[in-house]
Amino acid sequence: MKKNLSYSIIALCALTLMFSACHKDKKVTPGDPNTGQVFSTPGDQVGRPGIATVFVGAADKDNFNTTTPSTMGAAYQTKFQTQLQAYNGGAYTTNLLGLSAAAFTGVLSTDVLNVSTTGKTTYYDGTNVLTGRALTDDVIDVSLILVFGGPDASKNPALTSDHVNANDKPFSTSFPYEAAPW
Amino acid sequence: MKKTRLIIASAATALVLGGGILWASDHNDAPNVKGKSTDITDLYVFQGENTANLVFVGNVQGLLTPTATGTAKFDENTMIEFKIDNSGDNVEDLVIQAVYKGGKMYIYGPVKPNATGNTATVVGSASVVVPVTAYGTTAVTNTSSTGIKAFAGPRDDPFFFDLDQFHKITGGTASGFNNPGTDTFAGTNVMSVVVEVPKSMLNSTGKLNVWLQTFSK
Repeated sequence: MKKNLSYSIIALCALTLMFSACHKDKKVTPGDPNTGQVFSTPGDQVGRPGIATVFVGAADKDNFNTTTPSTMGAAYQTKFQTQLQAYNGGAYTTNLLGLSAAAFTGVLSTDVLNVSTTGKTTYYDGTNVLTGRALTDDVIDVSLILVFGGPDASKNPALTSDHVNANDKPFSTSFPYEAAPW
Repeated sequence: MKKTRLIIASAATALVLGGGILWASDHNDAPNVKGKSTDITDLYVFQGENTANLVFVGNVQGLLTPTATGTAKFDENTMIEFKIDNSGDNVEDLVIQAVYKGGKMYIYGPVKPNATGNTATVVGSASVVVPVTAYGTTAVTNTSSTGIKAFAGPRDDPFFFDLDQFHKITGGTASGFNNPGTDTFAGTNVMSVVVEVPKSMLNSTGKLNVWLQTFSK
């Protein structure tokens, strides 16, 4: 019943669109209440999950949020490398991706999410590396493995998985994909 | 009496959840945004159910208890902006802007921004407008004639992590994770904006760099 009603509304909308404009959908001008408004104060900024919280020191956290990604590498790579070695007691060599401390922190310090537009989108699925971030991706385990696991993910086995492998609610395969709130 | 107890219980929960976060995803990550409507929890970008589309999820205001979620709101003074670099220089070529006004979320773009970096101006008129879904009701979505879908409202926080055990490890009272672990984010919500756009609108040659930035007026 409710569904039928919404279909009727959509149909009506589509019909209206043919003649004038579907107000609910598009064409909010004139009368768009936000056009041209300026939001001049930057707040938070995120690319990959957990980067700021894991690698950025307390004194730099606000600065990192307002550093444009194109300049992040120069400002933060060295600091990230120091932090990575601190986590590993100075024993980090390479990780599962074969990246040295300098190379790995070079990637991480430019905090953007790399996304493929031509294939599977995943943080890491064993084959695809950093091609997006799906809701189901266990990004913490990926991060723990790359930070603590050494060249073949076998180092520090007590630290390379938190053993929470999925969300507390299932996701939907359809828009808007996320689960209803608790 | 019962109500008072409930409030105390929620306040205690909020305190436990809100305090001492060392490593979440980006929840409560920095002093200037902590507890504010600009505080991002997570960014997700993935291929849609229709694989010709890309989905952008931007979540803010993390660690909401169910009680807190009932009164949580988007902020008219906050812009939530997805930044998209399609040329590999980590400078945004396109943006998708989400601005809340009068109970609705207005989505602008994907469109070339007026300027890059640490300021944002709403570009043009909205591509799609969607009423914010009220807590406890079915998700309201809307789709533009150009195929852009939008949702805005409270959702279960999709992030999962045994943060408490991690605290014990970094605090020196545990030497590793438990198996099975316990999801510290279980039972908590976020305010979420989900925008799905046809990939053809992103001028991509195969790879994008995406990040999420919030702004206030």
